[in-house]
Amino acid sequence: MLPLLLILPQLLVSLLFFFWPAAQAIYQSAYIPDPFGLKTQFVGWENFEFLFGDRYYLESFKTTAIFSILVTVLSMSIALWLAVMADRIIKGSGVYRTLLVWPYAVAPAVAGILWLFMFSPGIGLITWYLDQIGVDWNHSLNSGQATGLVVVASAWGRISYNFLFFLAGLQAVPRSVIEAAAIDGARYWRRFWTIVFPLLSPTTFFLLVVNVVYAFFETFGVIHMITAGGPQQATTTLVYKVYADGFVGQDLGSSAAQSVVLLLVVGLLTIIQFKFIERRVHY
Amino acid sequence: MGTVFGTGSGMVEKRGKALWLTHVCMIIAIAFICFPIYLAFVASSVQQSELVKPPMPLLPGSHLFENYKEALFTGINAPVWKMLMNSMIMGMGIAIGKIIISLLSAFAIVYFRFPFRGVFFWLIFLTLMLPVEVRIVPTYEVVANFGMLNSYSGLILPLVASATATFLFRQFYMTVPDELAEAARIDGARPMRFFFDILLPMSRTNIAALFVILFIYGWNQYLWPLLITTDPEMNTIVMGIKQMIPSGDDLRNWPVIMATALLAMLPPVLVVVVMQNLFIKGLVDTEK
Amino acid sequence: MKRSLLAGFLATALATTALPVTAATEIQWWHAFTGRLGELLAEQVETFNASQSDYTVVASHKGNYSETLNAGIAAFRAQEQPHILMVFEVGTATMMGAKGAIMPVHEVMKVGGAPFDPDGYLGAVKGYYTTPAGEMLSLPYNSSTPVLYVNRDALKAADLDPDMDLSTWEQVGEALDKLKASGNDCPLTTAWQSWVHLENFSAYHNTPFATEDNGFTALNTELAFNGELQVAHVKAMGEWAKDGKFFYAGRRNEGGANFRAGECALFTESSAGYAGVKKEAQFEFDIRPLPYWSAAEGAPQNTIIGGSSLWVMSGHETEEYKGVSQFLSFLSTSDIQAKWHQDTGYLPITTAAYEQTKAEGFYDKNPGTDIAIIQMTGKPTTANSKGLRLGSFDQIRGLIDEELEAVWSGNKDAQTALDSAVERGNQLLRRFEKANK
Repeated sequence: MLPLLLILPQLLVSLLFFFWPAAQAIYQSAYIPDPFGLKTQFVGWENFEFLFGDRYYLESFKTTAIFSILVTVLSMSIALWLAVMADRIIKGSGVYRTLLVWPYAVAPAVAGILWLFMFSPGIGLITWYLDQIGVDWNHSLNSGQATGLVVVASAWGRISYNFLFFLAGLQAVPRSVIEAAAIDGARYWRRFWTIVFPLLSPTTFFLLVVNVVYAFFETFGVIHMITAGGPQQATTTLVYKVYADGFVGQDLGSSAAQSVVLLLVVGLLTIIQFKFIERRVHY
Repeated sequence: MGTVFGTGSGMVEKRGKALWLTHVCMIIAIAFICFPIYLAFVASSVQQSELVKPPMPLLPGSHLFENYKEALFTGINAPVWKMLMNSMIMGMGIAIGKIIISLLSAFAIVYFRFPFRGVFFWLIFLTLMLPVEVRIVPTYEVVANFGMLNSYSGLILPLVASATATFLFRQFYMTVPDELAEAARIDGARPMRFFFDILLPMSRTNIAALFVILFIYGWNQYLWPLLITTDPEMNTIVMGIKQMIPSGDDLRNWPVIMATALLAMLPPVLVVVVMQNLFIKGLVDTEK
Repeated sequence: MKRSLLAGFLATALATTALPVTAATEIQWWHAFTGRLGELLAEQVETFNASQSDYTVVASHKGNYSETLNAGIAAFRAQEQPHILMVFEVGTATMMGAKGAIMPVHEVMKVGGAPFDPDGYLGAVKGYYTTPAGEMLSLPYNSSTPVLYVNRDALKAADLDPDMDLSTWEQVGEALDKLKASGNDCPLTTAWQSWVHLENFSAYHNTPFATEDNGFTALNTELAFNGELQVAHVKAMGEWAKDGKFFYAGRRNEGGANFRAGECALFTESSAGYAGVKKEAQFEFDIRPLPYWSAAEGAPQNTIIGGSSLWVMSGHETEEYKGVSQFLSFLSTSDIQAKWHQDTGYLPITTAAYEQTKAEGFYDKNPGTDIAIIQMTGKPTTANSKGLRLGSFDQIRGLIDEELEAVWSGNKDAQTALDSAVERGNQLLRRFEKANK
């Protein structure tokens, strides 16, 4: 009896708030209900046909992929660079670490408003400076700029996280290896790539997966805050779309179908994640 | 970046110069990373009229105190202190709730044999594949049907089950030498005694580190509170900022919005900075 | 059963339920207003509560328009719906479709017995929320219509007469040429592009936005805003955007920040934006009617409204509906309406309130504030200019925004973009039709 009691709270929460709603999503994806729950129509696969017939939905897969890759690569490369420098500094590296660790605690949505404020078309400071040097900044019209801004704002807070892991990884690398790599200055980075970086590969793999998952889900706040998915759905990710169609558009059938698609995508991501973490254990 | 290390003269000088350059690079990088915060700080210290006509000033103004006072006690939809309190309750509730239920369920899984143990284990494991975004509309409906919209239980409960924390504790329990459990059994200690007297004290560091991570996770939630709190009095601060940007033809009160943004990041940032060592150890170890 | 199970489980968790104890019958009103508008709304409620003792109206803010609608829907499903729900104009068809969830205002007034004169309301305002048979479904609350804001200083700086005639887009076009030539970076900007440049544009030029009288008569309506006139207008705007004469700042009223900062010369925006412009603009400005194409036959017709209306939800006691009807009747009195109109820049909903404001000399003291009303009431409404009643309209607006953005950025030509918006929008309309059959 005791073990069941111990496991019960977690089980109950999981069943009520995870499995029951997930089952509902699958069930509802075959219906078109009206928002008030007064009547509903069985439509079979029609919700899925509608989704996959929508060019913009297919596009949002691409948007999500590009977005995830950009956020991951940007935040990881800056973090690696900073970690290598911090690792070299022995005295005072604690201070730098403190100065670099805190953005981890800043919510993506808050990061979003900070960047929106700087780049706002009307009053943003950076917008104004860009204008002075002849660059027209208008992320509500220019898809590239909108994507760029959302990527930078998302990657910004992520640098800390990656930095900490890279730094820990570097500190685990035997000093002698680092010294050996550092002796011949001019070739430092080449040696870094050939000698030190491979030793970091477990960390790098792990971060790759974690960052992609992060970009997938946690950046909703940044997008909602800065672009609301626009312009022309250039920043509409899968997660943003499921929210927009379900809660703004009241199209519950389509939203449920999107949930099912997301379910499959997340399942896949989780499997990949576990494969990598498994590998990591073997290292 | 090859230039960081100069070529030419002796080793010592080279290292000194290189180190100096490294410091400069580091400081520049940090300045870039901190700039958005600085600008937010400046914006929170001036009047709206100084912001509407670009460029905005680069040095703090003299209205810092009144902007924060306005944010904290008047706010735009609800006073910010109330939203801070809501976030605090949500962050603490999620952190404490997750830790408790994970400690218990991991204990059950590692130390007991009981029917369907494997099934339960897999059920918990599968929740990893069901983040709230995936089941967003139906979860909202479930919470609405329980009458938990605009309530702390609605904010906390759906986010409280966490397979990751359960796994962490499971992993940790498995490293605890079997002899300890054996000894306890021989002494006739009942399972819960063993749990409270031996397991719990041993997990202290893990719990503390996990607490920091989960608190920040809870504090920084955005989508979920956005959906289920429609009453401004129940808004958490992170999503409350969005509500401060008017949807209609009202004006944006940037100084107060920026003051709120800074207030929103202050508690989690403090937690991270103050508990830095514990947090970093926990983060790097637990998320491995 | 589920509930009690959960209640046990939640023993330690905190639930918040506030149940104020009052002898008077309580009327719940969920709304979307904050800030100054929220205060003015609270003042109306206080006045009503103080004026009688049988009913207490309790107003609760539930987030922005979309969130308030969501909150109302969720509450209805949990059978905890308020008596009165504020719904933005694009949610009108959604509410109408929910026949079992709402009680039309004309019925509420019949049940409640409060004084109600459907003819006292301004036709162009109430038309949006009234059936073709003349039955009022919801009570217009805040309504505005787009007008043209002019930065007089910017015109002077471009050697233009600040009093120049800007009633037609042809004239505006000429002004934009001169403004651009003089080095102005933002000759024209807009807020709410779909609302101003397609929805209102169509009504103003007496052209259908959608079939079946803009969706008023049947659910099988189809979008029709890819007509000749609309395409010509969007094309002209697109060319202005390409030449740097039209500056696009965002889907909502982001452009307002640029106009108020003095960067933009002309600005098409809701008449309710007046208070903001007046507060922040450090230049001379005035308000003009929305321009029209003089070449178009029948223009200018009348513009339509935006804003919100109050829907009465079903499932309450007759006694409570009496209170609701009294409150709605109170909101329609000319004192309340005249004050609301003068304080906010929103349109009055009754003719009497308009007359009263005029008699008080408000328009003489605040020139331009009556432009919106004149523009709306100048002609009797036609089937094309009563308003719009389209399902999933919030989403349709979203995709119109997307397609227009494609035109402004030069990715698509006007015809292609509008055809695509119509096609995508029609799919949504068909889904809505299915859900509401």
